[in-house]
Amino acid sequence: MSKNGDYKNEFGYFAERPQVASKLYDSKYVLAGLVIFLLVIILPLVPNLGKSVPAPKPDLNTPAIMKLPEKERKCVMELEYMRASHMQLLNDWRDQVVRDGNREFTGAGGKKYLISLQNTCLECHSNKTKFCDQCHNYAAVVPNCWGCHLDREKKQVARAEAK
Amino acid sequence: MDFFKRHFSVAFLAVIGLVVIAFIGVKANLQLLFGVVIPYLAILIFIEGLVYQIIRWLRSPVPFRIPTTAGQQRSLGWISRDLGEKLDNPANTMQTLGRMALEILAFRSLFRNLRAELREMPETYAGGKLVYWSYKWLWLGAIAFHYAFLVVLLRHLRFVTEPAPAFVNLLGEVDGFIQFYVPTVYLSGIVLVVAGLYLLLRRIYTPTLRYISLAADYFPLLLIISIATTGILMRYFIKVDITAVKELVIGLATFKPKVVPGIGVILYIHLFLVCVLFAYFPFSKLMHMPGVFLSPTRNLPNNNRAVMHVNPWNYPVKFHPYLEHEAAYREAMYEAGLPVEILPESAEKEE
Repeated sequence: MSKNGDYKNEFGYFAERPQVASKLYDSKYVLAGLVIFLLVIILPLVPNLGKSVPAPKPDLNTPAIMKLPEKERKCVMELEYMRASHMQLLNDWRDQVVRDGNREFTGAGGKKYLISLQNTCLECHSNKTKFCDQCHNYAAVVPNCWGCHLDREKKQVARAEAK
Repeated sequence: MDFFKRHFSVAFLAVIGLVVIAFIGVKANLQLLFGVVIPYLAILIFIEGLVYQIIRWLRSPVPFRIPTTAGQQRSLGWISRDLGEKLDNPANTMQTLGRMALEILAFRSLFRNLRAELREMPETYAGGKLVYWSYKWLWLGAIAFHYAFLVVLLRHLRFVTEPAPAFVNLLGEVDGFIQFYVPTVYLSGIVLVVAGLYLLLRRIYTPTLRYISLAADYFPLLLIISIATTGILMRYFIKVDITAVKELVIGLATFKPKVVPGIGVILYIHLFLVCVLFAYFPFSKLMHMPGVFLSPTRNLPNNNRAVMHVNPWNYPVKFHPYLEHEAAYREAMYEAGLPVEILPESAEKEE
């Protein structure tokens, strides 16, 4: 028996090699499943296909920043650190104020700042929708700052209305 | 080096090597290679390999049912079958769909996992008694691992879409509902690492499993654990500029790729490991993802007796009937005194 299914005896071959049709079996169902899988992969890409999604541009053009001389327009820490880790800084600030009562922070340049989201951060960045929300919405991040803190824009609107 | 050490160290060193390659590559300013070329290549290999393997599987006919079932099969009308038996031993398409859903969504066959153990019973059995008993930890580890991985994968859609779909945001909220740490800890990430480590340690510490575990078993587990670990490191400890990350990823997703400066090395390590996972996928045991849909023991109703199944490669058999056999040996049979249907000519002459 050299080949599978060639049964030979002294009378010669009495069975031929099994002929298995070379084709795709049950292809109707499996290929349909494959197409569905590929569509599911592509589906999230479809809305933006062919478009170029612009990167967010947090706006630094606020009265408080513009008032500062060019050289002093710096955040409490370096740009790279703030971009990646500002949430960590804010969290540390919260812990320092709430647990230790420490309201003083020494920034990257040795300058001292009052630890306060509303009075320090939002003093300069008074435009939440054009600054904070730009990247937060872009990266689909929902920080819970605004559960307790007032956003400066609203405050100013409220003041304006009171006047 | 024994069998285990050889297989485990190959997989372990491979993962370490991949991390080192990505690290050196990014330090050598190959961001274009690691951020654009390799991700596209990996996706291409993934899709092409997947389609190729499935087409290859389709060439094998599956003509018969393989009733590896636990349950009363459909029989005479007065033999009742409850729902469990219908799902375990389906007789029609709907019941088979039910069995497939249980297998794919709830890992039914792992739920049946048994473990053999020698129980000390000094009063009744000297030397202990061999018992097979239900062992659900494999099922629990596997289902936690797979669902956590699914949630992690779906959460990553926020990098590919702009704006992110509502269900992705909802998933993130539910996943981070404990609101612990900053940024909020996602439970799925922790579950993924813990379950992955359990599945790995189970292979290492169970002697019977270690005996059958190969480098191809350790490598995917180590790779996925490393992917989850680098992701967790990146989110909570070694932070990267997430806006720049999304710029990079959405550039890939909209087929307008660009290298975005100022992203930490850890992102490229994470991305490279993911790319390796995708490229490795079609050539590995990970193909159980499409394979589970094509399991012949799960996706066919057990109607062996109810329906006629014809072997598609039935060939015309050349029979060798008794008379031909006798014609060949007639003389010899007659001389030996064996009964024959037709007497040989020599015998007729004698008469």
